[in-house]
Amino acid sequence: MAARKIAPDTPELRERWGSWTFNEETKAKADKAIARYPEGRQRSATMPLLDLAQRQVGAETNTQGWLPLPVIEYVAAYLDQPVIRVLEVATFYTMYNLEPVGKYHVQVCGTTPCMLRGSDEIIATCKKRGMTAGHVSDDGLWSFTEVECMGNCATAPMVQINDDNYEDLTAERMDAVLDALAKGEQPKTGTQEPGRHTSEPAGALSSLKEMVEENHDYRGEW
Amino acid sequence: MPKVTVDGQEIEVPAGATVLQACELAGKEIPRFCYHERLSIAGNCRMCLVEVKPGPPKPQASCALPATDGQEIRTDSEMVKKAREGVMEFLLINHPLDCPICDQGGECDLQDQSVAYGRGGSRYHESKRAVTAKNMGPLIKTIMTRCIHCTRCVRFSEEIAGVDEIGALYRGEDMQITTYLEQAAKHEMSANVIDLCPVGALTSRPYAYEARPWELKKTLSIDVSDAIGANIRLDSRGREVLRALPRVNDDVNEEWISDKARYQVDGLTRRRLDKVWVRKDAKLAQASWAEAFDTIAAAKPGASIAAVAGDLLDCETMFAAKALLKASGSDLIESRQTGMDYDCANLAAINFNSTLAGIETADAVLIIGANLRWEAPLVNVRLRKAAKRGAKVFVVGPEWETTYPATFLGADASALGNLPAELTDAFKAAERPAVILGAGGFAAGAHAKALSLAHELGCMKDGWNGFNALHTAAARMGAVMLGFAQKGGIADLVAAKPKVLLALGADEVDFTKFDGSLKVYVGHHGDKGAHAADIILPASAFSEKAGTYVNTEGRVQMADKAVFAPGDAREDWTILRALADALGVTVGFDSFDQLRAAMIAEVPALGEEGLADYGALAASVAGNTSPSGQIPSPIKDFYLTNPIARASVVMQQCSNELLLGDALKEAAE
Repeated sequence: MAARKIAPDTPELRERWGSWTFNEETKAKADKAIARYPEGRQRSATMPLLDLAQRQVGAETNTQGWLPLPVIEYVAAYLDQPVIRVLEVATFYTMYNLEPVGKYHVQVCGTTPCMLRGSDEIIATCKKRGMTAGHVSDDGLWSFTEVECMGNCATAPMVQINDDNYEDLTAERMDAVLDALAKGEQPKTGTQEPGRHTSEPAGALSSLKEMVEENHDYRGEW
Repeated sequence: MPKVTVDGQEIEVPAGATVLQACELAGKEIPRFCYHERLSIAGNCRMCLVEVKPGPPKPQASCALPATDGQEIRTDSEMVKKAREGVMEFLLINHPLDCPICDQGGECDLQDQSVAYGRGGSRYHESKRAVTAKNMGPLIKTIMTRCIHCTRCVRFSEEIAGVDEIGALYRGEDMQITTYLEQAAKHEMSANVIDLCPVGALTSRPYAYEARPWELKKTLSIDVSDAIGANIRLDSRGREVLRALPRVNDDVNEEWISDKARYQVDGLTRRRLDKVWVRKDAKLAQASWAEAFDTIAAAKPGASIAAVAGDLLDCETMFAAKALLKASGSDLIESRQTGMDYDCANLAAINFNSTLAGIETADAVLIIGANLRWEAPLVNVRLRKAAKRGAKVFVVGPEWETTYPATFLGADASALGNLPAELTDAFKAAERPAVILGAGGFAAGAHAKALSLAHELGCMKDGWNGFNALHTAAARMGAVMLGFAQKGGIADLVAAKPKVLLALGADEVDFTKFDGSLKVYVGHHGDKGAHAADIILPASAFSEKAGTYVNTEGRVQMADKAVFAPGDAREDWTILRALADALGVTVGFDSFDQLRAAMIAEVPALGEEGLADYGALAASVAGNTSPSGQIPSPIKDFYLTNPIARASVVMQQCSNELLLGDALKEAAE
């Protein structure tokens, strides 16, 4: 697992983010998230609020977004709970960025199935563009993390870039995706294999063949 | 009640018990790190694995498994042995083998259990994890590489202390226990995490590298830093008390003590009075005992002698003083140094009647002028339990940071005459309503009003007495039982203009009012009392004499002598006995046993450990029934409330860093 650390608590950080608050739009979404839980259990909304905060920070900095300490403190105060409890959540889940990231956070899966299907090549492609783990590239576009399995083994290798997955990659397809993103275009998400829709078997069906025609009940055949 | 079989032995366990508790009832020892009786169940250390049938064919964590009827539990099977060895091996993978330089060594759960349940050797050859030490303030020293992530400290700060200071950041191998941004832990019970920590990750900073547990003499004692009378154990080596640790007593302190009780002991060796001093030409000069006694005798006090008892005194000392004065023909004895004059005719009316354990069952509480976190942190812990069960808490008095939801009704005592409907409704609906009258309430003269309120609000029920007086002095209840209370308080002593004033460890008295008296200070620390004294007779601190103490709920407890007093200092009663000879009177005792016997003969309740019986609660007491005016906060600084604490470097540091630190920081900005 990637070593994570909290961005240091400096006067500059306090100055930049000290007065940060939810904007109207985020606030509406946050209150909606809180309303999902019974009264007095507002701390259950910690995770959605941290996500909303990170997205707002992302929109403000034109990056994927991250969580400076004053923002975490704001979320804690918003939910009327101790900061340490919110910080525990923010540091536990890797989806919350604790340090500034680039516009695109490229997370390449390097776990066994992806590795067998060529994730080393994908990583090399990323490195060629100046991505290194734990750093934002000079042009501010890319952050890079090698991550563990993201559950797309059927379409390995894959990367996750911000909210989207790009699967069935090769070095060329990865380049095409990154080029499109760099140009500000939205490449096709999901599998990059022509003719494949989602994660259905790449060749012919090998199992559950009856399911193609109808919702077949297999229970009698067990 | 479910019946289970533990290692072939059939036992019945209480409903709701866990398998671990069932095993303990059967007399089996279950190793554990994360499980603690007074904390919630975490189930993350896996050390308590046992074999349970029916159930999955694998070892199960007994601490988190409810005992159900017909369970067959095995704690001695091959599977259990293997499981324990495996868990221990995993725990030791990242635990440094630095026991020789670890302060926990000799009293370490991990050490003990790895000897008892671990494999003989290690099979691990890879690199170990290392974690940076975290700052947790002046009391808690951290070596986080040793942490095994039991999260007891996290659960303590959240559940017991009620201040979420400590948390577990990151995950998996990167998990780290820390305070937010490594700020100091500020709660007044924070150092209890040191006792809870099963390894050497959180250790005592002031006690770091001082001693090994097997070198220490352990003495059972009673804490005198507040009126709760927490049961403590003093660990001493030679003539020095090195540390104080809590003892388990569910009726008093459960197994916690406040940071002050724990860390004021270094004050026992500092600023001590270890020589006799006599004031000559307005200057204190060293003298001999004989010289000092001669000076007192020369004052020819006769019956014109008064005694003021300090806050830390044991009953024996006070009784010896009382006997001396009685023999001289005086009864000018007082213990309420700051001038309070509440009515002490009915002892139940100045007692914590609900008892400390009982207050946690209260369901509506009115606190009058008490900052519980500073006056009695252990009561605050109890009240937090009550609040968690749904008790409504109201406070009249200056605001303080509660660790549970509480409604503040204003700092003026007149608020008592005008209680909101919210409170009266809550009390009406309550089954066990309680009133707690603190030091601020007493100082504001709200005693009579509080008692009448307790009656009006229905705090007296069958089997429940909800009127509680919370004192701040460890000596107070014992003193009042011995009659150290004049009708007009200390003002009566001032009015009597005694020729000789015995100040027995009394440091809070306004001595300027006794200008004409020969002030004899019998005490152990060079504090305010000694500064004002004409004669200083060095005496013993609580750790240096056996004594009887009565806590604020009227519980009589006895403490033993841990070490000898320094220099020329003597046990208090011997000084008073010698003074009797100098004054030519007979007090009727020549040994400590005789003294204690005489005291018990006069006040039999002091001879029996346990709650003293004060009879029925009076319907009313003398005093103002419609007090008004600002309720004061008598404690200005939690860490510096008594002469021992004021002499303690650690307490000074706590005061500077934890209380004044914020103020200083703000001033700097």
